[in-house]
Amino acid sequence: MTEARANMMISVWRGMGSTGKFETFEVPAQDNQTVLDVVTWIQQAADPSLSYRYACRVGMCGSCAMMVNGQPRWTCRTHVKRVLRDNQIEIAPLRNLPVIKDLATDMDPFFDKWVKAGGVHRASRSRDMPIQEVKPDTAQRQAADNGIECINCAVCYAACDTVSSNRDYLGPAALQRAWTLFNDEKVVDKQAVLDAVSGSGGCHNCHTQGSCTKFCPNDLDPLGSIAGLKRETAKSFFRRGSKQC
Amino acid sequence: MLNARLYMAQRLSAMIMIPLVFGHLAVMIYAIQGGLTTAEILGRTKGSVTWFLFYGTFVAAVSVHAAIGVRVIIHETFSLKGKWLEATTWLIGALLLIMGARAVLEVTFA
Repeated sequence: MTEARANMMISVWRGMGSTGKFETFEVPAQDNQTVLDVVTWIQQAADPSLSYRYACRVGMCGSCAMMVNGQPRWTCRTHVKRVLRDNQIEIAPLRNLPVIKDLATDMDPFFDKWVKAGGVHRASRSRDMPIQEVKPDTAQRQAADNGIECINCAVCYAACDTVSSNRDYLGPAALQRAWTLFNDEKVVDKQAVLDAVSGSGGCHNCHTQGSCTKFCPNDLDPLGSIAGLKRETAKSFFRRGSKQC
Repeated sequence: MLNARLYMAQRLSAMIMIPLVFGHLAVMIYAIQGGLTTAEILGRTKGSVTWFLFYGTFVAAVSVHAAIGVRVIIHETFSLKGKWLEATTWLIGALLLIMGARAVLEVTFA
């Protein structure tokens, strides 16, 4: 059994919508404790009105992402020891998303952009046709495989400064999804994928700052995916130009 | 705010500018080795179709490149969108083109 130690000072964002302020709670420190444990302790022992979101608690669902000391993290996979500074931690809702209440954000803009980037699968075969063979060792399949572990936690979206300053920008997760579709041999209309990310909020707005790749808790590389989309859209630009001539 | 067409226009204009900038620097460094007066420089550039095309192309590329670059900054800093953003982009491009063209004509027209 773990032994309780000195209390930590935890600042938690409280409020509805765009208004609110940090409220500090004294939370008992334990030997093994994640940031999600801390938030849960506050909700269960100090203030039951605290709103936050989580599901699996083991880094599978991506529901519990929050800003911890100003950086986006999965709170369930962040040990308190890694983020405790001067016995304090600041916990806020995910950046770049509207706040519903306290630590719970409205994920609609994130998923709307995911759909807008062409993220929905469009089947190229009917159920009566034979299943398409997918060879796992091709370069294209491996490029697709690099992105499919994304669980849409929106950590990259919260980390992205371009999303902050350009509200129409589709964001790293949606663009990475488009890149996996582009490399998926089951997707026939590649040009439709490129067209979906070539609009005014598309991949060309990325400034290549790389916060998405730096903060991705799954060690994925959205920045590389966006670079891939830029390369392919540039090729497509010349192909189309030469066809029109 | 930045679609594929604007992105390509900015990249391609940069590709045009790169050799012209190096050409400008190389000629500048080479030309001043023995000391050179303004009159001597103008003596070589005035009436020269080559220098008109050289700096004229540079000015055109700069106008496209910078207008799109500033467009991005304006949108991200001031959230300017739609028609006003389009108008501002064209205005910046036109302003740079007019100022640059004036300078080029001054230096190359006899």
